[in-house]
Amino acid sequence: MLEYTPKKIEERAALIVNPAKTCQPIGAMYAALGIHKCLPHSHGSQGCCSYHRMHLTRHFRDPIVASTSSFTEGACVFGGKTNLKKGLETVFEIYEPDIVAVNTTCLSETIGDDLSDIIASTKIPEGKKVFYANTPSYVGSHVTGFANMTKAMVTHITKSEKTSCNGKLAIIPGFVEPSDMSEVKRILKILGVENIMFPDTSGVVNTPQTGKYTMYPEGGVTIAELEDLCNCKATIAMGKFASEAGAYELEKKCDVEARVIKLPIGIEATDTFIVNILSITGKSVPKELENERGQLVDLMVDIHNHYHGKKVAIFGDPDTVIALTEFVISLGMIPKFVLTGTPGNAFESEVTEMLKANDIADSKVKAAGDLMMLHQWIKNDPVDMIIGNTYGKYIARAENIPLVRIGFPILDRVGHSYFPTVGYRGAMRIIEKISTAFLEKYDRECAEEDFELVM
Amino acid sequence: MKEDKNLTQIVDKILDKYPAKVMKNRKEHIVIRQTDDAQEISANTRTLPGIITNRGCAYAGCKGVVIGPIVDMVHIVHGPVGCSYYAWGTRRNKGKASEDGKNFLNYAFTTDLQESDIVFGGEKKLAQAIKEAVETFHPAAISISATCPVGLIGDDIHAVAARAEKEFGVPILAFSCEGYKGVSQSAGHHIANNKLMKDVVGKIDIPKEERPKYSINILGEYNIGGDEWEIKRVLNKIGYTITTTMTGDSKYEGIAKAHNSDLNLVQCHRSINYIADMIEVKFGIPWMKVNFIGIENMNETLRNLAKYFDDAELIQRTEEVIAQENGAIKEDIAKYKKMCEGKTAMLFVGGSRAHHYQGLLKEIGMPTIMAGYEFAHRDDYEGRDIIPLIKLDADSRNIEEITVEKDERRYQLRIPAEKMEKLKEEVPMSKYSGLITDMKDNTIIIDDLNHFETEMIIKVLKPSFFGSGIKDKYIVQKMGVYSKQLHSYDYAGPYAGYQGAVNFARDVAAGIHTPAWKYIVPPWKKEPVLTGKLGTEGAEKAC
Repeated sequence: MLEYTPKKIEERAALIVNPAKTCQPIGAMYAALGIHKCLPHSHGSQGCCSYHRMHLTRHFRDPIVASTSSFTEGACVFGGKTNLKKGLETVFEIYEPDIVAVNTTCLSETIGDDLSDIIASTKIPEGKKVFYANTPSYVGSHVTGFANMTKAMVTHITKSEKTSCNGKLAIIPGFVEPSDMSEVKRILKILGVENIMFPDTSGVVNTPQTGKYTMYPEGGVTIAELEDLCNCKATIAMGKFASEAGAYELEKKCDVEARVIKLPIGIEATDTFIVNILSITGKSVPKELENERGQLVDLMVDIHNHYHGKKVAIFGDPDTVIALTEFVISLGMIPKFVLTGTPGNAFESEVTEMLKANDIADSKVKAAGDLMMLHQWIKNDPVDMIIGNTYGKYIARAENIPLVRIGFPILDRVGHSYFPTVGYRGAMRIIEKISTAFLEKYDRECAEEDFELVM
Repeated sequence: MKEDKNLTQIVDKILDKYPAKVMKNRKEHIVIRQTDDAQEISANTRTLPGIITNRGCAYAGCKGVVIGPIVDMVHIVHGPVGCSYYAWGTRRNKGKASEDGKNFLNYAFTTDLQESDIVFGGEKKLAQAIKEAVETFHPAAISISATCPVGLIGDDIHAVAARAEKEFGVPILAFSCEGYKGVSQSAGHHIANNKLMKDVVGKIDIPKEERPKYSINILGEYNIGGDEWEIKRVLNKIGYTITTTMTGDSKYEGIAKAHNSDLNLVQCHRSINYIADMIEVKFGIPWMKVNFIGIENMNETLRNLAKYFDDAELIQRTEEVIAQENGAIKEDIAKYKKMCEGKTAMLFVGGSRAHHYQGLLKEIGMPTIMAGYEFAHRDDYEGRDIIPLIKLDADSRNIEEITVEKDERRYQLRIPAEKMEKLKEEVPMSKYSGLITDMKDNTIIIDDLNHFETEMIIKVLKPSFFGSGIKDKYIVQKMGVYSKQLHSYDYAGPYAGYQGAVNFARDVAAGIHTPAWKYIVPPWKKEPVLTGKLGTEGAEKAC
């Protein structure tokens, strides 16, 4: 497995091998699915839309529907205006969405299609909406695409003028699972905080089997709610890379205070999330939630011996990785290698500071890295565990290191759509995964005389 | 046969929903089978923008389908990161390294173009990427696949490849398979075929005396889920030597030697017929249409092969193997047939499987009531005889059509012309009669089936099995109908050959009969559950 990856690290200036990121439009498509009765539309070649639908479908094992401008060579020469105009007309006629979220691609960006102009000149049925986000594939990553589409929701749909405070918090959950979005809403419900979460893919990409297919499931933030964001008290943006763009746009546009926090993965980030909620709303924490936290701490104390002091490599999307790094530190583990494919200096500086504050030396941190680099680091300085998405499985097998699957995408296991990793409960689930991964490896590999019943 | 009015109504109902132009377009892509008529279907034309199609792009057809499975090449995707990323490990084309060779199937390589590259050009970066790939991985050869923006910014990938090939002495194949070319993956197949024919096939000669007896190539077989390994197992057992497969589990050198074989077998006609034709013209190797899916199809394919080589011993050996293999699976197939008998199937796959799987489904008692191709041409539906009648539109004309000439030195007629004529009466030599020919009266054929049509047709005709891809799998299953990916086999397989037939039958039977289906409706929605006295006074208080 991956036997041609040399141990010796040589600088590569051009060749990316086994990328740790993908392109913007898939993130935009995922965000768009988080609007109720929204059809994402990909303005580019058919292949883009096809690949994005395929990958999201593999990850969620649920229908992911989106339309495309179906560019041909002619459209590249003459521009994609006709394709988009006709495409939108067809979409409204056949698929009847309430709103269409258009994302661009490297193709339409390179030829310079002006989406604002094209959409303005398209006849859109009464009461229906079309908006767009620029998501060139050659900038940033899928996380950037998610951020851009989320921001576009505010730019194009949210009303500019505050009418009256709706008393709600705006919540941007970040590029996370539908289960995570539900968990955040559950916590807010316990705290008694009304909110508008956007985007919200819970109930859209993890729908129940009922024997009936509905193209637009019950979930998703409504257009009315997006319009009403201007009247929110404040925004909690979870994860700088995926969510701050939307929060700052809302602050700029409607003067809604933006608070950018980490994804609430792990005890500290969840504490931060709750403290922020308390400070904005003046609410107090009910016993129910405090008990959940207490159970988490209890677990951390009880089984720390399963993982304390172990070295771990963490890779994936920047917001997820930053929060996970903080969490494993709080578990007493050592984040040896921390890598994201998404570019951005903020990633390296935030993680480096975190390591420094915890007196962890000799760790490596990298943004815009690839999995070949991570593998080479591990070859030179082995770790006990890898935490990341499915693509980590090649390295895990090559080096016989347990892999805990957290992040996007997870193509070979189930659970992520239904069981969260955010909040106190989510943290407990991560601990369960980490502990189980270590113990199962031990049980499989230990000498027979060391095989034990109680661990 | 009389046309089923019910079906006509269903089709009309689908078309009614469409705006006028869409309706006019889609009408031509839907046929209700009437075996008395020679029926035409429109195919390989643009999907109208806005239609939720299953189709992908030329890059997917070139790198994803044809080139990607070659195991010892480093396949560099020149473009932004996504195109390489999505084609990494997702198609299930399995492969192993040869004894002294390499296998890069678990790797993804890309130039990950950034905004500055789009502005200033990506040629330098590509050249550097090739250098790094050669120095780090020492592959047998390298492919460069162009993605959409590469064509637009005008990177000359062919010049970069030529320079690098000279500098490093490693074959470097550049494919201008930008996603916007053509109307589907099909354009990419053609582009890949052209390049393989121009620059690889014919590169390495095997001296005549070293050529094994009964040497063949398997074309259009990509070893999804290990199909090629099961096919090879049976062929080797009979005594054939496979020079190369194109391109499942193939090596660069094998493809370069393809012209030394005595026969080409064509499995997926759509993706590889160009090469099959060109090899015949250039080197005199005929091709035979085969079908490795299904027991009878497999039997027939093996018998046709034996007829071609026309050797008494080979024919006898073939019959022995057929008897052995059929015997070994008989009981299993009968068991699964019992579970599936009377259920109906629909197939919407690529450019060959929607046809190839019909026999196997029938063998487990399931007739195919609807079939369609995602990216086929008219000849895949109506048979190759209509090729001269196909009008090329602008999209097809944009794909280079190359012609090859007879290679005077190496051309060799494998069997005398007279004998070939006789053989053609019994065996599909250079011939494919298409999907429609095999469909029964009052079945439906739909080309480029889209989301709306899928939903409608499933709702009305309620099949028990829908063989398609990942994008519609869960849509169909949400409607309570078992759907199996026939591109990736739902991560199972092999499904080809004899053992494959059992695997398929077992998986389909499991999919249809898994107990989960009976739990869809909760008990409280099936019958009243309240056992107390209803509506009588005091009922509420009584708890």
